[in-house]
Amino acid sequence: MRVALFVTCLVDLFRPTVGFAAVKLLEEAGCTVEVPRAQTCCGQPAYNSGDRADAKAIAMQVFDAFAGYDHVVAPSGSCAGMLRLHYPELFADDPVNLARAQALAPHSWELSSFLVDVCGIEKVTAQWDRVVTYHDACSGLRELGIKSQPRQLLASVAGLRLKELPGAEVCCGFGGTFCVKYPEISDKMVTDKEADIVATGAEAVLSGDLGCLLNIAGKLFRHGRRIEVRHIAEVLAGVTADVAPIGLPRSG
Amino acid sequence: MLAASRDFMANARAGLANENLQRALGRARTGFPLRRHLAVERLPEFEELREAGRSIKDHTLEYLDFYLEHYESNVVASGGKVHWAGTPAEACAAVLQVCRSVGAKVVTKGKSMVAEEVGLNDFLDANGINPVETDLGEYIIQLRHEPPSHIIAPAIHLVKEQVADTFRAEHRSLDPDRSLVEPRQMCDEARAVLRPRFLAADVGITGANFLVAETGSSIIVTNEGNGDLTQTLPRVHIVMASIEKVVPTLEDAATLLRLLARSATGQEFSSYTTISTGPRRPGDLDGPEQYHVVLLDNGRSALLGGDFQDMLRCIRCAACMNHCPVYSAVGGHAYGWVYPGPMGAVLTPSLIGVEQAGHLPNASTFCGRCESVCPVKIPLPKMMRHWREREYARKLSPPVYRTGLALWAWVARRPALYHALTGLASRVLGWAGGYRGRFRSLPLANGWTKARDMPAPEGRTFHRLWTERSR
Repeated sequence: MRVALFVTCLVDLFRPTVGFAAVKLLEEAGCTVEVPRAQTCCGQPAYNSGDRADAKAIAMQVFDAFAGYDHVVAPSGSCAGMLRLHYPELFADDPVNLARAQALAPHSWELSSFLVDVCGIEKVTAQWDRVVTYHDACSGLRELGIKSQPRQLLASVAGLRLKELPGAEVCCGFGGTFCVKYPEISDKMVTDKEADIVATGAEAVLSGDLGCLLNIAGKLFRHGRRIEVRHIAEVLAGVTADVAPIGLPRSG
Repeated sequence: MLAASRDFMANARAGLANENLQRALGRARTGFPLRRHLAVERLPEFEELREAGRSIKDHTLEYLDFYLEHYESNVVASGGKVHWAGTPAEACAAVLQVCRSVGAKVVTKGKSMVAEEVGLNDFLDANGINPVETDLGEYIIQLRHEPPSHIIAPAIHLVKEQVADTFRAEHRSLDPDRSLVEPRQMCDEARAVLRPRFLAADVGITGANFLVAETGSSIIVTNEGNGDLTQTLPRVHIVMASIEKVVPTLEDAATLLRLLARSATGQEFSSYTTISTGPRRPGDLDGPEQYHVVLLDNGRSALLGGDFQDMLRCIRCAACMNHCPVYSAVGGHAYGWVYPGPMGAVLTPSLIGVEQAGHLPNASTFCGRCESVCPVKIPLPKMMRHWREREYARKLSPPVYRTGLALWAWVARRPALYHALTGLASRVLGWAGGYRGRFRSLPLANGWTKARDMPAPEGRTFHRLWTERSR
C-alpha cells in the first residue's frame, strides 16, 4: 500500500520524532510511506474560526498534495477528522471540490485506527517498562470513534501496564485557538485533567494528539509533576530512547 | 431578561474565582454524567430511541404551521384559549391581561424557561402582581434575586450552606435557632412556607415540556409535584410555551419523555408527568376554571429552513451542559442570559443577536461531548461554527485574531515559505528552549504560559529532517 503521511503542523514544528515513529510503524505494517512536500496544515484553525475561504483554499492544497495515494495517515485524530468529516462539509455547495473531498475522506485515517482497522495489526514489538495512563483526544474519540485501537496496541507493548484515566473522555482544554482565546477556562480544564492524571499514580501519560499533549505536559511541568508525557506513536514504535519526553531537554 | 452575554469573559473569571460555585459544580460535573450513563446502559434501544426522537422533531418542524394550528383548534375544542405572542412583550401582556381579568394578586409558578426568557416575574412585580416560584430551585433563586444558572437545576450554582443562609434571612417568622443542615430540612421548610401560597394563588403559571397537537394538551414533568399544585389549585391555569414544543401525538410525546428523563437526570421517568387538557369539565373533581396557553415565537420561526433549524429539536434536557467542560468550569451565569451551555451557545445568538452573544459559540473547544449525548442529535459544535462564520463574515471577531489568522493562512497557503518559516521557528525555539526543554514564558504566548509551560520544539522540523534523510 502506498501511504502518504499527513505530518500535521504541530508534529512538524514541535516533535518530528512522532512523524518518524509513524513512518516506522507504517513501514513495519508493510506500507510504502511517502511524505508530500506541499503539505502545511489541514486548515482547522481557519475552519474553526469561521474563515471558510482560507479553510477551503488550504483543503484544496491538501487535495492536490495527497492525490493518488491509497491512504493518507495522520498521527492525530483531530487532523484526520478534518480530512474525513469536515472537508466534505466545507464543500457541500461546491460539487467539483465536494467530489475531491469525498474521494479523500474514506482513505484518510488516524494512525492507530489505520494500523488496527486497515492493516490488521494486532501487536507491536516495542518494549516500555512503565505504568501509563491514556487520554482520549476528543476528535479521535467522538468524530472517528477511536477508543479500542490505541488500547489494543498498547496492550502488546512488553512491560507496559495501562491504568485507565478517570474522565479520559473529557476534554483537556486545548481546543486549538480556544486555549489562547479563553486561557483561564482552558487552564481550569487542564488543571482538572492534571488532577485526574496524578490520581492514577501512572508514571507516564500518553495520547494520540500532540495539541493535548503539549497542553497537559505544560501544566504538569508548571506544577513540578514528574510524569512523562509522550505521543502514543513514540511508545508503539519503540523510539522512546531516541527522544526525551515532551518538555524535557534533549540530553535528559 | 436583560442579557449580560457580552461580558462572558468577566463573568467566566468571576465564576472561576467563586469557591462555592466551584464546589457546587465539582459535584455536578461527575454526578449528572454518571447517572445518565447508567440510565442509558440499562436501555439497550437508547440509540434507536434517539433516532426516533430526532425524526419526530424533524417531522414536526417540517410541518410546524400545520401542527400549531391543529394544536390550537384542539385547545379551543377542550375549552381553552391560545394567545399567540411574537415577542416577549406580547407574551407578558397576554399573561397580564388574563391575570387582570380575574383580579389576580398572587400567581404561583412552576418552572418555565420561557417565562425567564420574557422576564415575566419582573414584569408582574412591576404591575402589582406577586409571582411565587414553587420549584424548589426556582424558589431559592427568587429569594436571592438571581437568574437560573441551569435549565433543569436552576440553583445548581449554590451549596446547601448558602441556601440555609438565604432561608434564615428570608423566612424571618421562623425560629432563628432552628437547624438547617440537611437538604431535607430545607426542603420541608420551603414546603411549609409555600403551602399557603399555593392555596392563596389566583392564577397558576406553568411551562410545558411538550404540547400535543392531536389532543390540545400540555405536558409537564417535575420531581417535586409543585407543577400539579400550581396548575390544579388556582382558578386559572396559564401555560407558557414556545412554538417548537408542539409534537403531533401523545405517542410521540411518550417517546420523547423516555429520552428526556434519562438524558436529564438519569431517571427512567420523572416523578410526576402531568398532562393537562383544557379547564375543568362538568363533573371533574378539580382543575382550573380557565385554561390559557401563551405561545411564544420570539425569533424561532425565523430559524426554520436555515442553518439553525436543528436547534429547534431541543427538548431542554440539559445533557449538553451537564457534559460540557466549559459549562462545568464557569457555571451557567457566565453565559449571561437564560440558556447556558452548548444549547445556549447556539440558541442565545439566535434569539438576542450574535452582536451581544458572540462569545458564547466561541467559548468551546469543539470537544463534541454535547452532541454525543444530545437525545435528539443536535449538531451543536457544527452550529457554533456557523455562528463563528457569521461573526467572521461580519468582522465581529476581535481584530487581533483576524489579523493573526489571516497572516497564518496566507503563509499556510505557500508551502515553500511555510517550511522556511517553520524551519526557522523550530531552530530558534529549539535553541532557546533546548536547555530546559520548555519555556516558562514566551513573547506573544502569554495566554498559554501564564498558567502552564510551553514545551520547546526538538529543533528541526520533520520536513527538514525527512528531506535530509531522503538525500
